[in-house]
Amino acid sequence: MNTMTTITESATGIDTRALRRNMITLVRRLALYAALIGFAAFFLMPLVVMVFASFKDMDAIAHTSILSFPTHPTVQPWVDAWSSACVGTSCVGLRGFYWNTILMVVPAVVISSLIGAVNGYALSKFSFRGANLVYGLILFGTFAPYQVMLIPIAKMLALFGLSNGIGGLILLHTLYGLPMTTMFFRNYFMTVPQDLIKAAQVDGAGFWTTFLLIILPMSTPMIVVTVIWQFTGIWNDFLFGVSFTSGSSTPIMVALNNLVSTSAGERPYNIHMAGALLSALPTLVVYVLAGKYFVRGLMAGAVKG
Amino acid sequence: MSTKTITPPDLAASPPKPKRFRLSPAALTITPTFILVAISVYGFIGWSTVISFTDSKFFPKYDFVGLAQYYRLWESDRWNTSVINLVLFSVGFSVISLLLGLIIAIFLDQKVRAEGALRMIYLYPMAISLIVTGIAWKWILNPGTGIEHLLKGWGFENASFNWLVDPNMAVYTLVIAAVWQTAGFVMAIFLAGLRGVDAEIVKAAQLEGAGAFRIYTQIIIPMLRNSMFSAIVILIYQAVRSFDLVVALTNGGPGYSSDLPTTFMYNSTFLRGQMAQGSASAVMILLVVVAIVVPYLYGEFKREHNDNHH
Repeated sequence: MNTMTTITESATGIDTRALRRNMITLVRRLALYAALIGFAAFFLMPLVVMVFASFKDMDAIAHTSILSFPTHPTVQPWVDAWSSACVGTSCVGLRGFYWNTILMVVPAVVISSLIGAVNGYALSKFSFRGANLVYGLILFGTFAPYQVMLIPIAKMLALFGLSNGIGGLILLHTLYGLPMTTMFFRNYFMTVPQDLIKAAQVDGAGFWTTFLLIILPMSTPMIVVTVIWQFTGIWNDFLFGVSFTSGSSTPIMVALNNLVSTSAGERPYNIHMAGALLSALPTLVVYVLAGKYFVRGLMAGAVKG
Repeated sequence: MSTKTITPPDLAASPPKPKRFRLSPAALTITPTFILVAISVYGFIGWSTVISFTDSKFFPKYDFVGLAQYYRLWESDRWNTSVINLVLFSVGFSVISLLLGLIIAIFLDQKVRAEGALRMIYLYPMAISLIVTGIAWKWILNPGTGIEHLLKGWGFENASFNWLVDPNMAVYTLVIAAVWQTAGFVMAIFLAGLRGVDAEIVKAAQLEGAGAFRIYTQIIIPMLRNSMFSAIVILIYQAVRSFDLVVALTNGGPGYSSDLPTTFMYNSTFLRGQMAQGSASAVMILLVVVAIVVPYLYGEFKREHNDNHH
């Protein structure tokens, strides 16, 4: 009897201590998840606010708060933003500007990525006099602020008859994308063993054969990273667009900014938000589908020079 | 390192060039890009610098006035406002992004469920244009429609959140939106750093009875030095280049109270016909970027060589 009580007592003693430890762990975990969900709410809030607003009519916009769910949803703001909202003086919606942007993005992304791949290969796998200096000078081109080039660019575009057109923007995005794409591929190819190149050379493969048959097939991940990076950057460009195009030739972000700044009387916030979402949709979709590669591009652009 | 040879150690260690590559197709391949960059980056920088020494208004005019544009620039109230704004903005934006990014990274590094999904949510603003970000936050921060309106609707009649229209506070709305855009990116940098921390060291500290807080503040965070340094450089660099966000969120206003050097440059050059002033301000922006980025790039470059050496 006596021994029994001692045993039970000590057992419950252990139990309560273990229980308390478990409780503390549980509370800690709950607090951790609460904080993480709180952060997620902060990041999602503007998107949610935009989505809600884009499905409200102006009456609901005026009389409900930004966080209230659209109880009588309408797609009219999306339709208006796409095909009839006023961008500056012409009320044609964002449709045409979307097309402008696609025409600009596709060639600029393809050309800059291709040349970047070749450059990266040349800079990482071969030694020639001044290779490092050349790379360093190209690399700084990634970081040089465009403000200090805008006026000469304007003059050159005028000289070549490329002012106020998508052609000029394709040229600019290709040209100023090269330092970044070159850097991406150069750093990627640095990790490819030199022995592979050597073996190919022993087999008689030249510079271009090695590139096409050995290097290119193994670069798929970096090609995806570079294409996504360039696509996002060029789709979202505002500075070149606003500096060198106007009217109906502008890319989407400039048009969006014009749409939001154009207003007489009551501001159609629902159309603004629908327009903003429409403009953000392509890069968001790419992010959702290939977020891993997008983040890799971010890190490659950031951590490695 | 020898100063005479340009060939770096890692490339010197690679095998000698076979005869096939004697003409160096590599050098020939890189030449067109190099020439284009030389012209469109360095040539254009030179050209802008030349214009900043002239009295150009709407068009470049080569009547040199020495440093007069720079004196004028630094006497201009509008420019000085934009420089002060840049300091306030970049400090606020960098410090808050660093803290938030670090905290989220540490929380996310506790073996949590759905880490991938949470990371996606924290990072998606990086994929969005700053124009879109600006439009969203402009509506959220607008006293008549956004948070202030929301709080009043909840019964807080005296609620006031009017930074967007307050000349003294407008620059901090830029901080809010920019932090929202970038904190997830800083989180990703720190998370990569945390994953690289040696688990043995942490375990040893735990065995010695150190609490979680002490382990983080005294062992782990000091080990994130490199991530921290990268993040700071990137944040300040981004702050200096910020343009889209300002245009979309405050457009430099009220008045010019939230102008940054980049918007000053754009307005001078393209809207007010003061091309030489615009060029002088662009040169100042370049100098700041050079001062931040060049030492950083040099450091990364050297580290890469050292890594290849060992």
